[in-house]
This record gives sequence, structure tokens and C-alpha cells, in this order.
Amino acid sequence: MKKYYLGIDLGSTTSKSVIINEKDEIVGRGITNTRANYKIAADIAREEAIYDARFTLLEEKIGESQGKRPELKKYMEDLKNVFKYGQFKRRMDSLEKMLIQTVENFSHPNKADILEKLKIIIEKIRPQIHHEFIYEMLGTKNQFFRDIVSEKYNGEVSNIGSEFYEPLILAFDKSITPTENEMVSYNFKELVIESIKILDEKYQGLADTQGNNNKEDWYYAELNTTKDNYETLAYTLRQHIEAIADEEIPIANMVGTGYGRALLPFPEDCIKSEILCHAFGAHAVFPNTRTVLDIGGQDTKAIQVDSYGLVTSFHMNDRCAAGCGRYLGYIADEFGLSLNELGPEALSATRETTICSTCTVFAGSEVKELLNNGEERPNILAGLHKAIVQRAMSLIARSGGVKNEFTFTGGVARNQAILKYVKDMVANTYGNLTMNIHTDSIFMGALGAAMFARRNIQVNLPKAQKSEVREPVE
Amino acid sequence: MKSEVKKENSMILQKEMIEGLFNDLANAKANGRKVCYTFVPGNLSELIRTFDMLPVYPEINALQNAMRKKSAAYIKEAEKHAHSEDVCTYVKCDVGMLLKGNIGPTGQKLPEPDVLLLSYTGCFTFMKWFETLKREYPDTTVIMLHTPYQENGKMTPEMTQYMVKQFHEEVIPKMEAVSGIKFDEEKLKKHLELSKESEDWITKIFDTTKHRPSPIDAYFAGVYYIGPINIGFRGTQEAVDYYKALYAEIQERIQLGLGPVTPEGEMSEEKYRLVVEGPPNWTSFREFWKIFYDMGAVIVASSYTKVGGVYDLGWRHNPEKPLESLAEYCMNCYTNLNLPQRVDLLSKCIAEYGADGYVTNSIKSCNSFSAGQLAMMREIEDKLEVPVGFIESDLVDPRYFSYSNIKNRLESYFQMLAQRKMMKELANQPSNT
Ligand code: SF4
Repeated sequence: MKKYYLGIDLGSTTSKSVIINEKDEIVGRGITNTRANYKIAADIAREEAIYDARFTLLEEKIGESQGKRPELKKYMEDLKNVFKYGQFKRRMDSLEKMLIQTVENFSHPNKADILEKLKIIIEKIRPQIHHEFIYEMLGTKNQFFRDIVSEKYNGEVSNIGSEFYEPLILAFDKSITPTENEMVSYNFKELVIESIKILDEKYQGLADTQGNNNKEDWYYAELNTTKDNYETLAYTLRQHIEAIADEEIPIANMVGTGYGRALLPFPEDCIKSEILCHAFGAHAVFPNTRTVLDIGGQDTKAIQVDSYGLVTSFHMNDRCAAGCGRYLGYIADEFGLSLNELGPEALSATRETTICSTCTVFAGSEVKELLNNGEERPNILAGLHKAIVQRAMSLIARSGGVKNEFTFTGGVARNQAILKYVKDMVANTYGNLTMNIHTDSIFMGALGAAMFARRNIQVNLPKAQKSEVREPVE
Repeated sequence: MKSEVKKENSMILQKEMIEGLFNDLANAKANGRKVCYTFVPGNLSELIRTFDMLPVYPEINALQNAMRKKSAAYIKEAEKHAHSEDVCTYVKCDVGMLLKGNIGPTGQKLPEPDVLLLSYTGCFTFMKWFETLKREYPDTTVIMLHTPYQENGKMTPEMTQYMVKQFHEEVIPKMEAVSGIKFDEEKLKKHLELSKESEDWITKIFDTTKHRPSPIDAYFAGVYYIGPINIGFRGTQEAVDYYKALYAEIQERIQLGLGPVTPEGEMSEEKYRLVVEGPPNWTSFREFWKIFYDMGAVIVASSYTKVGGVYDLGWRHNPEKPLESLAEYCMNCYTNLNLPQRVDLLSKCIAEYGADGYVTNSIKSCNSFSAGQLAMMREIEDKLEVPVGFIESDLVDPRYFSYSNIKNRLESYFQMLAQRKMMKELANQPSNT
């Protein structure tokens, strides 16, 4: 029987999990926002990874019979997206119930009115979310349940009139955490079948011809016209689902890492430092890596690794979270932007404003001062991004500089502006060397943990290395 | 158990010595004894005793206050009086204590100084510190002995002569004037004889970490061991007796195959042997120590236990040349060595005591220790290929000790050590196994 290994990286803002097979290949990834309850965050991330692993198995199976066709890839992507909607919807249903119950428990004189407004809001956001998932691929955009619904909910609350503002926000605040902390189990098979049905409807309503040279349209057109492609696919899929849904995904061993690792109910030797895991993961994907920079939610680490992927030295930021993901979150709040908007806006700057303070406390007042002086927002953001990277660079310098090859990991690596400054500054200071940034960079810690799990933590470490090198993506 | 009783013996001895000193200090004015404030590095204990004065060590008061959780209030008090946030927290703790009535760590009031003796200027802060104290105690005599830095890695005859000249022209005449006692070279020689003896013993004690398991922790317990030799007992029979007793206890531990004693009892398994550079954190001393012993890490040598004098390389006080010997002693403090000398000394410790790793504790408010630490660490890493670790804390300011940050770094460091140790063992295994 095949064996799988699980790595869980419980970060301060996001929890990631990765399932690998016996060849160190990633078969499943799961990610969720970290909650006050680490155990639940870990469980959700793990469940997600298991669903994802089933999709991988499905893809493999279909690949065997259908070959590697682009529209197949598109279909599967679409299917996963709709599947996410299915999951979202179940959690949404339970949030709705919770909201209604919360309001019913209010001792407010206007309770009935509030309830009525609440129902109006729910009726408004339900189709919005449905549409964004099905037609705008919201499920592939790495947003978490809380973020999506609070954005929509708050938007509707502000349309409703100020006298209801407070109680409605209160109801939400009281309901979201318990909903989020509830483990919702899904039946994989049911959910996929349901998703296929939704997809059928979607494709029927789509154009058969390619409009405006749009790549998206092209895929859909291909799917629709080429001999009822999607129908064939859906048919093949249904055949495999039965087997895959019941197939066991036996986890032979698991390792936990990250900020909250000590809180995981794992035996002591199944808990590994995130420094070792990030290095090991990054090295597995890019075997020539000698320096790893990891910027996570809570801290930044500059790590040097040897040819086995073992850490030889590292440096971490000090007590303050300045220069980490948290700092970006704080900046986003300061500007009233979402985290995803920061990078692109910074990239549109015409110049970088000098920001003296990479201190979370001071940066806020510095930013306000600059705005008052008429400085453009993108330029300030560019300055802030640059300051963060400068801080990371001094950590790298402390740890012994950048050695060829350099790999950038962690959640912050998803920010394009950060990426640009990292590339520029590393090249300027250390010359022309190979820089790796992987699309899975946020999963490196979890990958490393899973790889440690496969090596049974201690045993066989050096021997198990070498041959299992995989192709880098990007 | 027999060894337990003996262990306590040296601890009791030390406790009595220190209590005696603080009692003498509390009664100094009543008994007409003169009081000399001075610092641990380059301290001229023997000379102070020759003039029958009592020593006060502001750094020691600061660290003891920190261990008794009193430093935060003192530091705040000093900051209220416009001492900057970034200044060495030993200074602020001391100044705060003075502003709050100069109640020493034992709860007794400390006497005002008759002399401020600055015999070591390895760090500019020392000078500013005594300038501040001079403002608070305007009637005190300031004696300033300039100690040259070992810039080129050695003490030259000219440097020694330069210092001896200062003894003759500045230090001795002023001490005579304050104490009303004439300088007696024979008396000084007798103290130096005893100093030499203590120095022999303490070297032997710190050398016992060659054993596996190491019978002592040369950093966390080491700071207790250096107490008597650093705070005014060097040059006394009491110190010699203390070190003899301590050595005997350690010998017994070795015979029984025991590891170091921690606040929670015997360390069960020695997993890692480390050399540590930099002062410890005093405000969370126990917690800090616990991170190490919980992970089975024992410190086999530390630079901090050498700030009061480096005896490992064979240097001893020499009664035949009393003043030259005092001069050389001042120049031979750890922080007065240049960086290559420090690297050599630490490398020797790593090799001789079979350390698996090297850890730097960088102190936020001490520029003197922190300058060059990273460069030293790199060099040791390159030269000896030992895994190095870096943590940051502060001396006596509890605001700058982050338990979780330090624990996280050390945990990662120990896991990294474990991996590297295993790799090394595998590489050394014969290929047919
Ligand atoms: S050496 Fe460090 S701790 Fe000592 S006085 Fe100077 S700054 Fe303060």
C-alpha cells in the first residue's frame, strides 16, 4: 500500500499543511487562517490537504486515460474552485444559523427589526458570493472564509442605515469565531458530484466561441465545442470518483512546525523547528540552495544550508515583528487596503519615499505625516516595502551573506513588490547569482516538515537525500 | 547523600563571605573604614586590601538586584532622571538604586564612597558612570588608572611601565591620602601570593569540564564560582579555602560520574556541550538557564567567567613584581584582549573541552561586549566548523528579555546541532556498517 507523510506548519497568521508521497512529491496542500485554537487550524489545514490529495489522485487517473490536455487542466481547476464553493457554502450555512441565533438572543428592544435586516443582508450576499466563486474563480484566490464574508457583510451593513450598524456588527463578531472554529466535515464524493453539476450549468451558459482573444474564453470554447469535451470529462470523472473517494490516504507519519508547533498534540520528536523545515523544504525543491530567506507572519529568518539541506547557521529578527507579514497587515489597515492590494500598488510607484521607521508603532505616524505632506500613496507604500526588505538584508548579512543559490520562501514572498526589492537588493549586494522563488513558497515549511516525517525524523537523514530531486517550477 | 552535603559546603562558605562583606559595608562608617567603589574587570582587590578599604562593585549590585527582580524599578527611576533608554542598564540600575536611597541587594544601606577607583577603562561607559557618581558624591576622591588596550595582542614592557608609573604617581599617593595608611609592599605581596593560589584553583575548577559528563556548568553555575575571586576576596585565605572546598566537591562529582547541578537538581543527560560568549541575562536567569538544561545542554566554557581575569593561558599574579603584576592583571581581562586573542581563547576552549557548538548572547545595552561579537562568531564558525547560534537579550533590563524569542532560537539551534552531530557520527562510521 502507498504511504503518505504529512507536514503541518502552524504559522502565526496562516496554517499550512502538505502531504507528500514516498518520492517526496507534493500530492496535497491545505491552507487556512490560524485561529485562536491552533488545534482546529491544524485539523482544517490537514483536511484541506487530504481533499487536495484526492484531486491529485483524480487528475492522475484522468491523465492516464485522457492524456495531458490544457482544457483538462482548466476543467480540473474549475472543479476545484467550485468544490471550494461547496465547502464555503456549508460553512456559510452554519454562519447564517449562528447569526440568526445570536440576534435572537439579543436583549435589544428592536430585535425583530435587526433580524429582518440581517436576513436582507444574507439574501444579498449569498448570490454575490455564488457568482464570484463560479464565474470569477474566487476559490483559487487564496482568500479565507472570514475575509470573504466579512468584506461582503460589512459592505451590506453600511448600506443599511446607521441605527443598525452596531448590533449587526456585534452579531457578526459574536458569530464568526465559533463558526470558524467549528470543524465542518464534507463528503468528498457528494461534494464533487455536486460541483460537476454546477459546472455543467456553467458551461452550458458560456459562449462557444472565443471572444476578444481572451485566453479564458478560449479554454471555455475548447471545452464546450471540442466534441462535448466537458461532458466526456465529467463522465470519466464520475467513474473515478467512486474509487478515489473511498481510497484511503494513509498518513504514515507526521511532523509539525511553525509558530504554534508546541501547541500541537504531537509527540515531542514530531515537532521540528520551522527554521530547519523551511530550509529542508526549500532545499528539496531547489537542491543547490545555500541561502534561504523566509519572511513569515511573525518573523524573518536568514538561513544557510549545506548540500544536504541541513542548516549550518541562521539569524532571526529580534523581539519586534517589524519587517514581517504582520507589519504588512498593519500597513494595509493603516491605508484601508486589503493585503493583496499592497504589492501591486507599491509597484505602481514613481519613486520610493524614504521611510525611517520599520517599527510597527512609529510607521503609522510617519505614514500619516507623509500623507499630510501630500506624498503619493504608492510612493509611500514602495518605501515601506523597501524598508522591510532592507531589514531582511541586514539579517542576511549577519548570517553570513547570500551564497549561490538563493531561495526566498514564506507568505510574504507572494507580495510582488517585496519580491522585486529582494531580487534587486540581492543582485546589487551579492552579484549575479541564481534566485529561486517557487509558487509554493508559502508551503516550504510544511513541505520540510513532511519530508522530516518521511525520514522518520532522525533516522536515515543523510542517506535518504540525493536522488529525490524534483523540477523547480517558475 | 555525601556529595550533596559537600556541595552545600562551598555554597555556605560563599554565602558567609558575601554576607560578611555586606555587613562590613553596612557598618563601615561606624567602624571608620574607608570604602572604595570599583569595577570587576581590572579590579585591584589586593591593593584595596593593602589600604584596608572595603570594595563596592556597582555591576555586582546591579546584577544581584536584577536577580531579585528589583532592577526594573531602578532603571525606571534612572530614566525618569533623564538617562537615555539605550544606555548600559548596569549603569541605570546602579544610578536608580542610588537615587532610591542606595539600599544594596541584601537590604542594607550601602555606604557612600570615599574613593572611586577606575582601574579599567575597557569600556568608555565606565568613565561616564564614575563621572555620574562623582556628581552625586562631590566629596569623593577619584582615582583614575588608565589601562592600555591589548591592541596588538600583547602586553609590552612599555605598557606595563606606563601603568606602574601611574601607580606611583597617582594611585598609591591618593589611596594613602584617603586611607591614612602608608603603602606597605610586603603586605601587598602576601595578598598576591594568595591571589596566585586562588587563580590556580579556579583554573583547575574550570578545567574539570574536560570530563564527560562535565561535572559543572561553566556559565550558569560558573557565574557563582567566580563570585569570590571577582568581588574582593582575591588575595585572601578565605577565597583559597572556598576554591579548595569547591574543587573537592567537583572531584567527587567526577568520581561518581555526575553531571552539573541545576536549580532543579542533577542534569540527567549531557546531550550538547557548548561554549558561550557574552554576559548572561540576569533578570530571567533561571528561565534562561532552564532552556539549556531542559535540552541537555551544558556550557563547558564561557568568556563571561573570564571578565575578571583570564587565567587559562597561564597568567598569574606575581608577588615578586607586585606593581607590574597588578598592571598586567588589568591588561589581561577578557574584554581588554583584542579580537584575534579572544577568538584564539574561545577556539582553545572549544577544542580542549570538546564543545559541539558555540552560542553568542548579544547584550542590547552593552556596546563593549557586542562590538565584534558577530565577526568573532563568523571566524570561529569558519575556522572550527562548529555550529554557531546567536541570541539577544539584556543584562538587567527585564523589558529586553523575550522568553519565547530566545526559546525559539535556541530550540532551532539545538535541533540543528542534533542533525549535525548525527551527520558527523554517520560520516565517522566505518563503511561496512
Ligand atoms: S562593558 Fe558593557 S556592561 Fe560593562 S559598563 Fe561597559 S557597557 Fe556596561
